[in-house]
Amino acid sequence: MSQSYNRGLIEDFGRWKEFSAGMWAWIFHKFTGWMLIGYLFTHIAVLSTAIGAADGQMMMLAGEEVNVYTGTIQGLESLFIIRVLEVGLLAVAVFHILNGVRLLMVDLGIGLDSQDKSFYASLILTGVITVASVPTFLQGVGF
Amino acid sequence: MSTQQQEQPETQEAPKDPEMKGQQSPQQERLDKKEQGLAEAESVDESDVEGESVHLKVFRYDPEVSGKQEPRFDEFHVPFEKGMTVLDALIFARDEFDSSLTFRHSCRQAICGSDAFFINGSQQLGCKTQISDLQQPVRVEPLPHQEVVKDLVVDMDHFYDQMHAVEPYFQQEDLPEGDLEEQRQPRENREKVKMSTRCIWCGACMSSCNIAAGDNQYLGPAAINKAYKFAMDEREDEEIKEHRLRILEQEHGVWRCQTQFSCTEVCPKDIPLTEHIQELKREAVKKNLKFW
Ligand code: HEM
Ligand code: SF4
Ligand code: FES
Repeated sequence: MSQSYNRGLIEDFGRWKEFSAGMWAWIFHKFTGWMLIGYLFTHIAVLSTAIGAADGQMMMLAGEEVNVYTGTIQGLESLFIIRVLEVGLLAVAVFHILNGVRLLMVDLGIGLDSQDKSFYASLILTGVITVASVPTFLQGVGF
Repeated sequence: MSTQQQEQPETQEAPKDPEMKGQQSPQQERLDKKEQGLAEAESVDESDVEGESVHLKVFRYDPEVSGKQEPRFDEFHVPFEKGMTVLDALIFARDEFDSSLTFRHSCRQAICGSDAFFINGSQQLGCKTQISDLQQPVRVEPLPHQEVVKDLVVDMDHFYDQMHAVEPYFQQEDLPEGDLEEQRQPRENREKVKMSTRCIWCGACMSSCNIAAGDNQYLGPAAINKAYKFAMDEREDEEIKEHRLRILEQEHGVWRCQTQFSCTEVCPKDIPLTEHIQELKREAVKKNLKFW
C-alpha cells in the first residue's frame, strides 16, 4: 500500500474541544501540580532572602527601618498583583487537593461511576472557596 | 445496487445476499410501503418531514489518486429516515452520490467492530449512533491517532499487535484428569469477567486515549482489558497470573494509564475499562508487596 496520511500533531493538541471530564481533570491536575512546585521554589527563594532578620539585618520600607523579614513580607503584601496571585495560588492548591483526593479514590476503585461528577464538584467547590477568599486576600489593597 | 462492488476487497461474506441488498427485495417492498404510509400519515401535520435531510461532512483522503491526496471534507445531504444511523447515512451517500466513499462495515449491529469512526468529536460505532441524537452537520472522520489508509479507513495493525501482545489465550497447563473432563469456570468468576469479554476490537478506546496517542508502545485499554479477562480467570494457575501481571506492569503497561476515563466513555460495549485497568494496577502492587 502506498504511503498513508498522518494527520499529525493536530490530533494530540487540536482536539481539546472534544475532551471529556476526566481528560480535563488530568490536564488541570498536571497544571496545578507544577504550579505548586513553582510556588514552592519561589517561596523558598523569598524566605531565604528574608532570613537575615534572625541576625538583626535591617532594611528600609516606606521610609521606616524594619527588619528584613518584616520588610520583605510587608513589601510584597502591599503589591496588588501579589494579592491577586495569592488568590490564584489558593485556587490552584484547592483544586489540586480536591482532585487529588478524587484521584486517590479512583486509584482505590471507589466511585468510578461518578468520576465526572466528582470532577465537576471539585471545580465548583474550588470556585466557591476561591471567591469566598477574595475579601480576605484583597484586604487593604482592593477592599 | 452497483455499489457493493466497492466493498469486495474488504468483505469476507462469500455468499452475496440479494434479498437483503437488492432494492426490489420483498423486505424492501414492505419497508417502502410502510414508509409511504408513514409519509402520508405524517404529511398532514408535519409537512417538513418529507424534506428533512441529514447534513453529513465526511473526511476524504486517498493517497492513490493524485487529486485526492490533500485531505478534505465532502458534504452530503441524505434524506432522513426514522431510525437512521450514521452508518445508514454513509451507505446512502456512497450508494447514491459517490461510490468512491470508503469505509469499513459489516454487521450493522454493533458486533463486528469494523465501523468505529470519529463522529462529531467522539469515537462511536457508525451503526450504533442514531442521527437523531446528533447535532447537524454530522462530521464523520476516521479514528484519530491511527494512520488513515483511505477516507474513513484506518490502519488497525498496531491496535491488533497490542491486543496480541498480552497473550490473549487460555494458558492453563495442568488439565483435569480424564479425557472428557471440562474446565469449568465458577459462576461468580464468569460474572466477574463478563463485561471484559464483550470487547469487539473496534479500537475506539485506543483512539480516544491521550496516553496511547503520545506513547505508541502503550498497550492501551482494549489490550489491558483483554489481559484482565485472563488474569482474573480462576482456572489459570497463580504462576500464569503472575506471568500476565509481569507483562502488564512493564513500562508501557497499566502504569501508563492516567485515569482520564476517555476509553470508558467511548466504549460502545460499555466495558468499565478504567475500572479494570485500576484493578490490575492494584493486583500488580499486591503481587510485589510482601511483608513476610
Ligand atoms: C493535600 C495535598 C495534595 C494532594 C491530595 C495531592 C494529590 C496528588 C495526586 C493523587 C497526584 C497524582 C496524580 C496522578 O495520578 O498522576 C499528584 C500529583 C502531583 N502533585 Fe500533588 N497533591 C497534593 C499537594 C501537592 C503539593 C503541595 C504540590 C507541590 C508542591 C504537589 C505537586 C504535584 C505534582 C507536581 C504532581 C505531578 C503532576 C504530574 O503528573 O505531572 N501536590 N498530587
Ligand atoms: S474495549 Fe470497547 S472501545 Fe475498546 S476495542 Fe473493545 S469494544 Fe471497542
Ligand atoms: S457494522 Fe459491525 S459494528 Fe458497526
